[in-house]
Amino acid sequence: MKFIPNTEPERAEMLDAIGVKSVADLFEVVPESVRFPKLNLPEPLSEMEIMAELTAMSDRNADTFHYSAFIGAGAYNHFQPSIVGQMISRNEFYTAYTPYQPEVSQGTLQAIFEYQTMVSDLLAMDVVNASHYDGATALAEAAIMAYQVSRGKRKKVLVLPSVKPNYRKVMRTYTQGLPVEITGDENPNTDLAALTAMLDSDTACLVVQSPNFFGELEDLRGLADTVHAAGALLVVHTDPHALGLFTPPGEYGADIVTAEGHALGNSLNYGGPYLGIFATTQKLVRKMPGRVVGQTVDTNGKRGFVLTLSTREQHIRREKATSNICSNQGLNALAAAVYLATMGKHGMRRVAELSYHKAHYAAAEIDKLPGYQLLTTKPFFKEFVIQCPKPVAEINTALLAKNIIGGYDLSQRYPERANQMLVAVTEMNTRRQIDEFVAALKEVA
Amino acid sequence: MLYEPLLFEISKPGRVGVALPDLDVPESPLPTEFLRTEEPNLPELSELDVARHFVRLSQKNYSVDSVFYPLGSCTMKYNPKVNEAAAAKPKFTATHPLQPEETVQGNLQLMFELQEMLKEISGFDGVSLQPAAGAHGEFSGVLTMRAYHLSRGDTKRTKMLIPDSAHGTNPASSAMSGFTVQEIPSDDRGNIDLDALKAACDDTVVGLMITNPNTLGMFEEHVEEVVKTVHDCGGLVYGDGANLNALMGIVRPGDLGFDVMHFNLHKTFSTPHGGGGPGSGPIGVSEALAPFMPGPIVAKDGEMYKLVTPEHSVGSVKAFYGNFGVMVRAYTYIRMMGADGLRAVSENAVLNANYMRVKLQDAYHVPFNRICMHEFVAEGDIIEGIHTMDIAKRLIDYGYHPPTVYFPLIVHEALMIEPTETESKETMDGFIDALHKIAEEAKTNPDLLHSAPHTTELGRLDEVQAARHPVLKYLG
Repeated sequence: MKFIPNTEPERAEMLDAIGVKSVADLFEVVPESVRFPKLNLPEPLSEMEIMAELTAMSDRNADTFHYSAFIGAGAYNHFQPSIVGQMISRNEFYTAYTPYQPEVSQGTLQAIFEYQTMVSDLLAMDVVNASHYDGATALAEAAIMAYQVSRGKRKKVLVLPSVKPNYRKVMRTYTQGLPVEITGDENPNTDLAALTAMLDSDTACLVVQSPNFFGELEDLRGLADTVHAAGALLVVHTDPHALGLFTPPGEYGADIVTAEGHALGNSLNYGGPYLGIFATTQKLVRKMPGRVVGQTVDTNGKRGFVLTLSTREQHIRREKATSNICSNQGLNALAAAVYLATMGKHGMRRVAELSYHKAHYAAAEIDKLPGYQLLTTKPFFKEFVIQCPKPVAEINTALLAKNIIGGYDLSQRYPERANQMLVAVTEMNTRRQIDEFVAALKEVA
Repeated sequence: MLYEPLLFEISKPGRVGVALPDLDVPESPLPTEFLRTEEPNLPELSELDVARHFVRLSQKNYSVDSVFYPLGSCTMKYNPKVNEAAAAKPKFTATHPLQPEETVQGNLQLMFELQEMLKEISGFDGVSLQPAAGAHGEFSGVLTMRAYHLSRGDTKRTKMLIPDSAHGTNPASSAMSGFTVQEIPSDDRGNIDLDALKAACDDTVVGLMITNPNTLGMFEEHVEEVVKTVHDCGGLVYGDGANLNALMGIVRPGDLGFDVMHFNLHKTFSTPHGGGGPGSGPIGVSEALAPFMPGPIVAKDGEMYKLVTPEHSVGSVKAFYGNFGVMVRAYTYIRMMGADGLRAVSENAVLNANYMRVKLQDAYHVPFNRICMHEFVAEGDIIEGIHTMDIAKRLIDYGYHPPTVYFPLIVHEALMIEPTETESKETMDGFIDALHKIAEEAKTNPDLLHSAPHTTELGRLDEVQAARHPVLKYLG
């Protein structure tokens, strides 16, 4: 049988050793009325048959290799060097589990330690954990951590409406059983000044995203002082690729930083697996959720790495743990480590520059088109908002016929933003693609 | 094996590992007030530096593809390579989660069919693929239970019952959902203590979180009565599906009356564990709970597949639709195995575990020693002065990954062994033989165990120092 090596004689020998006559005898404990159900599943396939079926299935998709893509909104088509896929396909990495036995897991442990180091340098934060499921769950756990840091005394989480809407939804889902209130984003016009005016003695944290959902950089100067003066924590959600160029959140005094890190070496993958980045300060590290790798020594004094600070975690603290997280996104964090090591400091800066200039070129060209207008007025990184002459869904359908996946239709989450498209441009978009996109927009107007 | 320096220790200023294209558009002015003043301290390496570094690191790991890895409760089965080829198809990997639905019909079809197959395997009426791991599925399931009770105006229910043999994630997920936890003891046969359960059941009970087979590897002998007791007080039964590898084609948790359960696609359905993830933890629910599941999920409308949100959904537990890449692998596996194949998986997993149990029971005390399911728990303190950790570390010298140790908490010095169905008799015999030799060594040369492992580059690591003086990144 496929993937089951033991032969009939071997099974007979094993049954004999156990002292039962048949395999069915092993299941007498299962209530008879429901034992051995007939499962109605499709007939089994051979490897060549399933691969043919999956080829046919995936052929029904439009992908970013065959279409030029201008969609972002939280998931980005950045370049993936070939070495990343090769390294994370090493069997010793991807068929291992959580490094519970450090002596035979130093590969995973050291790589995660290196991931923690590189990401903390990128964010300018003291500590980075070993990952969360994605950026949204990292941000939701940041809000819960801020509530726990206040020992449950501060219940309000102030969030700007320019934080990704699907993330705000996840934050509300995560906190629905807790006495935590996510607020501040009810009015779509609330800006940072208006949000800071809402800080009070019940505020656990203030959450801001920069670059925000619309691509703009938020001015975070002085914000941490204001937030801290109110006794709250500053939580910043960011885009790791922006930090090749722009001031990292740690330098602005953030207490917790989260990010979606999938584009550091991981594919778009239709939304997952992704990489939730979570960082905090030395001061708050014992309140942090998630696993973390630390450096230590072995019995001979040689440097080695272990999972540490586990007294925060569910397997030790059970209902008193800082979070329930167990499995995380280890292989995706490894991919990010290989990616960051390959890109290096110059590569990260170069990718940010390429994305920035291409996005600004695209924005300026679209702004020249009759019927279109660039709505983004503040400094932005690689995403911007354009006003279109008709519904974005209609435009996108027309673009598909020209092998272009258009931008995100903002009216889906912000009803007041009818005919507004959020356009993302990265280093993957060539000038030719941008020019064709601009020409297509003109044509379909 | 060679000592491997950190990336930062081999970095050379000016070295480059990647070739990026020239800028092909005019430059735009940069907003100076936002610019980073200090470059991140990322290493500067050639591509070969990076390749050699990570290949060498990989060689320091034990993995399923290199050694027997009987880590109890983790189902470290072989990960068929076809899964990887399937999930690597560019027309899956290069799709954006916010593309128009008509451009991702292949993805949506796969997700829809996976939902349907998981329903059939488990006996549930609804499946949400969104949760990213087992604990995430638990949290999603508990929130779903909460929403169900609240929808009926049943606001008094704040207490979750959890057996003392449960995974730590169960109480942690309950606490994150705002519930208190009451622990239910196990009886002397490894079952839930029925009297204690009955005494705990009242109108404040949210439900019971049950792992069946439990973490002792025991199928709950009174499962029907347990379910009835919880239902009779208005509570719901949550099944921790970590141990589903024992039950496929054997019994469906939905048929036992469970109301909700999470699947671990990375255990039962052969997707790789990735050194700690990504997993995938879909939940299955009964008809009554289906409107409350997290979403979106996939529905079929004529010939078109589309994303829909359940009517009274608790919300979203992830930015998008779950760990799609993991779903592709699990789908591939289920389609290759079929119904008979999945039943053979569970039968052989249980056969293998029982074989190992009887072969080891004389040398290692098995505290709950009856027919087990896919795993069993022995004790490592075989003679005075020897502990489970000594046995575990000595196994490394014999070329095996140790079993799960010191869990479940209700067994003193636990050694939790799960062979899975993909291991051959001779592999198990080799492991059994090693454990017998170690039992002998424990008597004749206990220091050999205390000082193990000896074959690895590093000896035992000082975990106390790591926690007391945390060094969580390279400090130069």
